[in-house]
Amino acid sequence: MALDTAPKGWRSFARYSMLTIVALFILFPVYTTVIAALKPGNKVLDNPLVPDAFTLDVLKDAWTQGRLGRYLMNTTVVALIITSVQLVTSIASAYAFSFLKFPMKRLIFGIFLSTMLVPLEVTLVVNRRTIDSLGWLNSFQGLTIPFVATAFGTFLLRQVFMQIPPDLREAAQMDGLGHWGFMKEVAIPLVRPTLGALGLFSFLSSWNQYLWPSLITTEDDMNTLQTGLRLLASSDLDKPNLIMAGTIIAAVPILIVLVVFQKQLVRGLTAGAVKG
Amino acid sequence: MAIKTRRLRDIPLALAMLGPSLLVLLTFVLYPLGKAVWLGQQTCDVQGKNCKSVGWGQYTTVIKSDQFQHALWVTIKFALITVPIGLALGVGLAVLADKQLRGMRFFRTIFSSTIATSVAVASLMWLFLLQPSVGVLANLGWLRDIFPVIKEPGLLKDSGTALWSVGISSIWANLGFTFILVTAGLQSVPKEMHESAYVDGAGGWMRFTNITLPLISPTLLFTTVVLTSRAFQAYGEMDLLTNGGPIPQDSTTTVTYLIYGSSSIIKNNDGLQAAVAVLLFVILLALSALQFRGFGKRVHYGS
Repeated sequence: MALDTAPKGWRSFARYSMLTIVALFILFPVYTTVIAALKPGNKVLDNPLVPDAFTLDVLKDAWTQGRLGRYLMNTTVVALIITSVQLVTSIASAYAFSFLKFPMKRLIFGIFLSTMLVPLEVTLVVNRRTIDSLGWLNSFQGLTIPFVATAFGTFLLRQVFMQIPPDLREAAQMDGLGHWGFMKEVAIPLVRPTLGALGLFSFLSSWNQYLWPSLITTEDDMNTLQTGLRLLASSDLDKPNLIMAGTIIAAVPILIVLVVFQKQLVRGLTAGAVKG
Repeated sequence: MAIKTRRLRDIPLALAMLGPSLLVLLTFVLYPLGKAVWLGQQTCDVQGKNCKSVGWGQYTTVIKSDQFQHALWVTIKFALITVPIGLALGVGLAVLADKQLRGMRFFRTIFSSTIATSVAVASLMWLFLLQPSVGVLANLGWLRDIFPVIKEPGLLKDSGTALWSVGISSIWANLGFTFILVTAGLQSVPKEMHESAYVDGAGGWMRFTNITLPLISPTLLFTTVVLTSRAFQAYGEMDLLTNGGPIPQDSTTTVTYLIYGSSSIIKNNDGLQAAVAVLLFVILLALSALQFRGFGKRVHYGS
């Protein structure tokens, strides 16, 4: 008999109680944020735990005066560019490492892998100088181009490509199927689930970038959600409800994305944890 | 001969497919690493221009400096606060939610939810809880009476509580990530093993320590490594919650904050920033090697 059929009586009651208590603790900061964002300014400091007033004006203010609308657009553009170009460059380089024959392949693959050891924080001192000398401060190029290729994506896709038996590639070649055709008909369909996970992973990480945009953005028009929130918090600390409305506007889109792509999320996060 | 020509025939295509990635990785990962090593022995003007070599001794000077040692110690304390507690909470939640019960999906969604918060969103939510004048806790009269530190000087402004407060915000923000990973690990544990152990009379705690923990040890190792490197690279929390302060103790000035922070003592010195960044790289590399070696032997990868 399975052990996991619902335990009866107080055991399941105890479990539900604990689950509920923990859930309340985790949701507490979210609760206070929502309450504050929906309160007018003069009410926000008394009874911070009680929803005793309601207005949508603060959210509207955050969207327009707080410019969250603009920041949301910037972030969406940046995240979409990074994600889509990353997918293309990862497929291309993973394909080359798996199916093309060229000299110094191992060395070049080693170079790719070595970049995975370098943490972002170490490179940004110099990258800021590079971007500055290219004239790309306060620009979409500056926000995206350093991140449009990834060794992680290449490595992940190559692992799947390597499962294709070499005979299959040779047979396809005999049948006159070139690399482009093979990629379209065989290779890409095989990695589709991995592409979903990788895509979500890069979307999430580029959406959440904080340090890099704060280093190369000085003009308000180029702020992303993350640096925009930082600006809002430093200039309007006396309006906590406005800041909290800002955090809600910044969090809701990514929450929706994650709920829609739950499966890819788990795959993407555990990709590094597989044995090997 | 035919093989030789085939090797060469692919070269243009390989170049076209690898070129863009290679260019980006060389320009924005490997070049900056090499350049940072070089820059670390230079000194520049405040605009970061006109850099002059001052000798490799600059690295030794940094290592010996009070500021670097202090920042490293703060970083280690931050990791020692956030990693064990975050991991234990994540495992606890995952075990609690690992039952086929009615409504469990709902609880799992809540436990995963903090993954949707960026560092800015999470930090500002906690800023609004902890801030001494407009914060929620400071405006709850009864709580403030029990713990006056909430109002005066404020949890983020007291040198004894600042790092812990930032740490709690960080643990909260990472909890969803840890929960999702450990849950995925738990789901890979075969049910039959629990059942046969149960039949053999093993209690809940024994089954947890003898079956569950060894079987999810690869997940735990991976999670520990990721959480540790996140702790060592944490920046946004300090930037938004404390600005590396409170001063003069700089209680939350971590190594990453020392490099990039807006109130860091070396913020206009590219040479010193590069030197600290290179040292951070070496520390992180040593740390993950150590973790994989130390735990690696005890990790059970199945047969």
